[in-house]
Amino acid sequence: MKRVQFSHPLMPYMLLLPQLAIVGVFFLWPAAEAIRASFYLEDPFGFGSTFVGLDNFKDVVSASEYSRTAWFTLIFSAAVTFFSLSIALLLAVKADNVIKGASTYRTLLMWVYAIAPPVAGLVGVMLFDQHIGPLNDLAHALGWNMQIGVNYFDTAFAMTVIAVWKQIPINFIFFLSGLQSVPKSVQEAAAVDCRSSSRRFWTVTFPLLAPTSFFLLIINITYALFDTFGIIDLVLKGEPGNNPVTLVYKVFLDGFRGNDLGGSSAQSVILMILVFALTVVQFRMIERRVHYS
Amino acid sequence: MAGIQLNTLRKIYAGNVEAVKGISIDIKDGEFIVLVGPSGCGKSTLLRMVAGLETITDGELFIGDRLVNNVEPADRDIAMVFQNYALYPHMTVYGNLAYGLKNRSIPKDEIEKRVRKAAEILEIGDFLDRRPRQLSGGQRQRVAMGRAIVREPAAFLFDEPLSNLDAKLRVQMRMEIKKLQKELGTTSLYVTHDQLEAMTLADRLVVLSGGVVEQIGSPIDVYEKPASTFVATFIGSPAMNLLPLAKSGNEWKLDNGATVDVKLNTDLSDLILGVRPEDLVIEELSEKFDSGLHTALTVHVVEPVGAESYVHGTIGEGSVDVVVRAPGKLHFEPGQILKVTAKPEKLHTFDTKSGKRIELEGALETA
Repeated sequence: MKRVQFSHPLMPYMLLLPQLAIVGVFFLWPAAEAIRASFYLEDPFGFGSTFVGLDNFKDVVSASEYSRTAWFTLIFSAAVTFFSLSIALLLAVKADNVIKGASTYRTLLMWVYAIAPPVAGLVGVMLFDQHIGPLNDLAHALGWNMQIGVNYFDTAFAMTVIAVWKQIPINFIFFLSGLQSVPKSVQEAAAVDCRSSSRRFWTVTFPLLAPTSFFLLIINITYALFDTFGIIDLVLKGEPGNNPVTLVYKVFLDGFRGNDLGGSSAQSVILMILVFALTVVQFRMIERRVHYS
Repeated sequence: MAGIQLNTLRKIYAGNVEAVKGISIDIKDGEFIVLVGPSGCGKSTLLRMVAGLETITDGELFIGDRLVNNVEPADRDIAMVFQNYALYPHMTVYGNLAYGLKNRSIPKDEIEKRVRKAAEILEIGDFLDRRPRQLSGGQRQRVAMGRAIVREPAAFLFDEPLSNLDAKLRVQMRMEIKKLQKELGTTSLYVTHDQLEAMTLADRLVVLSGGVVEQIGSPIDVYEKPASTFVATFIGSPAMNLLPLAKSGNEWKLDNGATVDVKLNTDLSDLILGVRPEDLVIEELSEKFDSGLHTALTVHVVEPVGAESYVHGTIGEGSVDVVVRAPGKLHFEPGQILKVTAKPEKLHTFDTKSGKRIELEGALETA
């Protein structure tokens, strides 16, 4: 590596300062503040705070509401990640085989990605609308009395479908480019070696897609856990009631609706630890096995 | 094991591009056939059609007695060695070799036996647990060969398998492929653009140009009796000299007026005369003879390559570059005039328009 000599030893730190400042102000400071707040009982009207040790954490973990939300979050994240990855992969494999009108077809599949997330969420919500939503009509036509915002399962279903729908295009783009980078001659060699095309896919193409899949897995878990906030808010129209929410949405509800800053901070800290653990596991366990060249 | 029969195979791509224009070859069981030609001549397309990786637009393809036009590549009983090896990067060497066998439900101990045997033949036994990226180019090439051998197929198809190797390794692998093919006796179809590779490997050569067969024959036949000016210049290095020859009265003369003593029974008034650089000898070094070709050559450039020198020169005004293969120890000066000569049986004649060979009368008796 080439060594760059700076005229002053502080120079490199000065160059890094703007970036570090952003990280500090928008990430480290709030995180530290959340950790601090999680040990205090905040007065809802801002008249001071009392140190309560781990009481906030004990309260959060022992609440039946919390474990219910945690279970929903787990199932919701798993479903969103699984379906958005598998549907996108299926579409990418099919699109990769299309010869005529390939670019039109691909553009159509990527279209949703070009729409801003809140707009896409709004479109999704409208599709499920009780009065004008075509998907709602379809469900009723099939004998499913879908009641979003009222029925727990129906609401969860709509959230999952919208979240998956919104995420498919980005997964599709990555899978398609991943498929196109699998050498053609390797696929041809496999065609000579193996008759069944589905077996060829699972034994040769899919393993070669592993780096892409691993990257998308992380992106999608993160998306399902955190970035679905907007979609959940739109589906619930800000009125959670008895409906399913994710842990992230619950942090917002308890902190800003319930004015329980201490409990909300404790939940944030738990999420922080969760994400940290998840990152370690992903990079330690999985990444080791997915790179070949 | 089986022969392969190609009956007027044609390949027309979308947009009416005809890459292969009705090619027929009858490959005997155990024969080593090399398809050779410049890039874009359709040789790779033809091989891929045999492999089943390209569809056949028209014509019939038989492997053994079986018509395989619409048979999947995996069911054609062929194994292919690709130019860039096309190894499975996520499998070990063992996995690469075993993959095609596993998919054919061959018992595990049989797979093990075949892989070990192939690894032994190719001397890759020590690398069976490694991944392709941990191997050198030559080792990868061997693994690719091994993947073909373990299958024990009716035919091997090679698509320029040596072109990614360095020159020294290429010569070595060339010999090994030839030896291996003779030992196994497996019918082989080999594509290359390298005429030296083609000459050394082939039982029979198929010279292709523009999607058609120019000539099929043993390497020596193709070299000594090229069927066209294309084959004459493509096979052999340096290439055969081609000189225009015109009839004046009862004699055939070169552009510079030198008489060429050829016996031809033809109505044509002009021809192309072909003579290989090694058949064009310097007169002082040669025994005396009257017939054939005698002309003066003005030396322009000399390329010494050690054992011999390629002397480039012209014969008269506006003449094409003529190459003479001279002994390496002789010294030549640019501008020097040499007397060169060629025996009548060493001369080739071609039709000016079609480029097709015209057999010289009496050439067979003197040869």
